[in-house]
Amino acid sequence: MLTIILKILIPFLIIFNIIPLLIWLERKGCAYIQDRPGPNRASIFGLRLGGVLHALADVVKLMTKEDITPTHVSRPYYTMAPFMALTVACITFAVIPFGEPLVIDGAPFYLQAAHLDVGILYILAMSSLGVFGVMLAGWSANNKYALLGGLRSSAQMCSYEISMGLALLSVVLMGGSLDLNILSLNQTANPLYWNFIRMPLACLIFVTAAFAETNRLPFDLPEGESEIVGYHVEYSSMKFAMFFMAEYAHMIIASALIVLLFFGGWQVPFLPTSLLRENAEMGLFILIMGNGILFMLLGLFLVSKFKKGKYGDRRDFEVLVLGVPLSIVGLGLALLALLHGAFDLGALGSQIFAAFVQFSVFLGKVLFCCWFFIWVRWTLPRFRYDQVMHLGWKIMVPLGMVNLLVYSVALLWV
Amino acid sequence: MGEQFFFYIFAAITVVAILLMIINNNPIASAMCLVFAFFALSALYVLLHAPFVAIMQVLVYAGAIMVLFVFVIMMLRLRPEDLVVDRWNAKNLLLGGIGVFFVVVVIQVLRHIPLLAFQPVDPHFGSPEEVGRLIFGKYMIPFELISVTLLVALVGVVVLGKKEKS
Repeated sequence: MLTIILKILIPFLIIFNIIPLLIWLERKGCAYIQDRPGPNRASIFGLRLGGVLHALADVVKLMTKEDITPTHVSRPYYTMAPFMALTVACITFAVIPFGEPLVIDGAPFYLQAAHLDVGILYILAMSSLGVFGVMLAGWSANNKYALLGGLRSSAQMCSYEISMGLALLSVVLMGGSLDLNILSLNQTANPLYWNFIRMPLACLIFVTAAFAETNRLPFDLPEGESEIVGYHVEYSSMKFAMFFMAEYAHMIIASALIVLLFFGGWQVPFLPTSLLRENAEMGLFILIMGNGILFMLLGLFLVSKFKKGKYGDRRDFEVLVLGVPLSIVGLGLALLALLHGAFDLGALGSQIFAAFVQFSVFLGKVLFCCWFFIWVRWTLPRFRYDQVMHLGWKIMVPLGMVNLLVYSVALLWV
Repeated sequence: MGEQFFFYIFAAITVVAILLMIINNNPIASAMCLVFAFFALSALYVLLHAPFVAIMQVLVYAGAIMVLFVFVIMMLRLRPEDLVVDRWNAKNLLLGGIGVFFVVVVIQVLRHIPLLAFQPVDPHFGSPEEVGRLIFGKYMIPFELISVTLLVALVGVVVLGKKEKS
C-alpha cells in the first residue's frame, strides 16, 4: 500500500518540481541565447541566486492576480479545460519507468507507477485526450478568435499524432514489445545500440512531432503570443497558470518519451545493470567521494570569488552564502567516505543503488532533452499555419510510412 | 471481491453517463458525457482482461472520434432557439412505455440463461499479440472488408460534402 502511494506521488512531485526549474531555464537560457543577462532581480534577503527566485515570484503573482471569469463564457467547460490539460499531462507519467525492475523475493518490482503491457499505447491515448482540453478552452471562451485558435491548435495536434504513431511503430517493431521497460532494456547499455543510431529517421520524425504535439516553437502559432490571438486569451491568473504548467508538463513528458524510446532510457552508457549491481559497494564509495570532492572544489571556487566592495550591498555575500556550506558539505561527504570504509549493502541494497544511479541518469537525460526543446524554441522562427499543415500531412506522414516499410522489410528478410 | 466492487462502480458510471447523454439538451454536454462513458467502458474492458481493447477504446473512440464530434458541434454554432426541448406528450409516453417493455424482456431473458461452467482464459488472452493473431489470421477478410468500407465512407463524405459549383 505504501509503495503504491509512493509510486503515485513520486512522478507527480517530479513534474511539479521540474516545472519551476524549466521556467527558470527557459528565461535564463533564452536570455543568454539572445545575448543579454536575463531576469536577475528577484531576491530573498539580498540573495539573487541567478534569477531562480523569479519562478517563485511568478507563482506568487499568478496566484494573487484577480481571477476574472467573464460572464459570457460557458462556466463548466471554462473551468474544466485547464484541469483537463494539466491532468492528462500528469497521468501520462504513470507508465514511465525510472530504472530496471528490482527483483525482491523473486518477484519483479517495477519502478513505474503502473506496469502496463500496452505502455506506449497508453501514452498515445493520453496525448489524444490532450486535444480535448485545448478545444474546450477555445470554445468555452465564447470568443471567435479563441475558438479559431483552439481549432487551429487541436487540428495541429491531431495531424502530428499520426506521424508520431508511425515513427513509434518502427521503434516497437525493432523492440518487439509495447512495454516501455522492454523497449529500454532492448537498447543495451552500449550507446551505439541506442535507437537514435539504429533508426535515425524515426528519431527525427518523432522529435519533430513531439514539438508539434506540445505546441512548442517552431509550431507555436496557435498560442503565438505576439502574433495572433490564441485559445487562452480569456483566461486569467490561476487557470492561465494551469495552462502554462500544462505546457511545461507536456514538454517534460515528451522529453521523457524521447529519452526512453531513442536515447536508451534509464541505461547508463557503458554500464549495464548487472555491472552496477555487482560493484555496488565500490560504486557507492566512488559516488560519495566524487561528490564530496566536487562540492568542495565548487565551494572553494565560489569562496575565492568573494571581493568585498564589488557591488556595495548585500550581493557581495552571495558567493559566501553559497560557497561556504557547499565546501563544508563536500568536506563532510569526503570524510564520510574515507572514514566509513567498505560499505556493506547486500543484494537489495545493491539493487537500490543501481536503480538510484539509473534514475539520476534518466533525469539528467530528460533535463538535457528539455534544454534542447528550449534551445530550439529560441533559435528557429515560427512556422505559418499552412506550412505546419503542409509539413505534417504531405511530408511527415509519407516519410513515416516509408520508414515503417523499410524497417518491416529489414525485419522480415534480415 | 475487489473485482466485483470495481465492476459495479464502473457499470454504474457508464449507465449514468449514457443516461445523461441522452437526456441532455446541450450537444456539447452530451458529447462530454459520452467521453466520460467511454472511460468507464474502457475500465470494464480492463476488468474483462482485455487491456489492448481498453486502451484502443480510449485512443480511438474517446480520443479521435469524439474529438471529431466535438469539432463538428463547435463549428455548428447552435443558438438556444435551435435546441428543441422535448416535452411530455402522448407520443413520448408511448415510446417510453415501449422502452420499459424492452428492458423487462431483456431482464427476463438474462435471468433464464443457463450458466455454464466458465473456463479460465490463458494469461495472454487480451494481449496485443493475441489480438493481432486473430485480426491477421482468422478474421483477416472481415478486417480488410471493414477497411475498404471505411475508405468508401471517407470518399463518399468528401464527395457529398463538396459545395456545388453553380
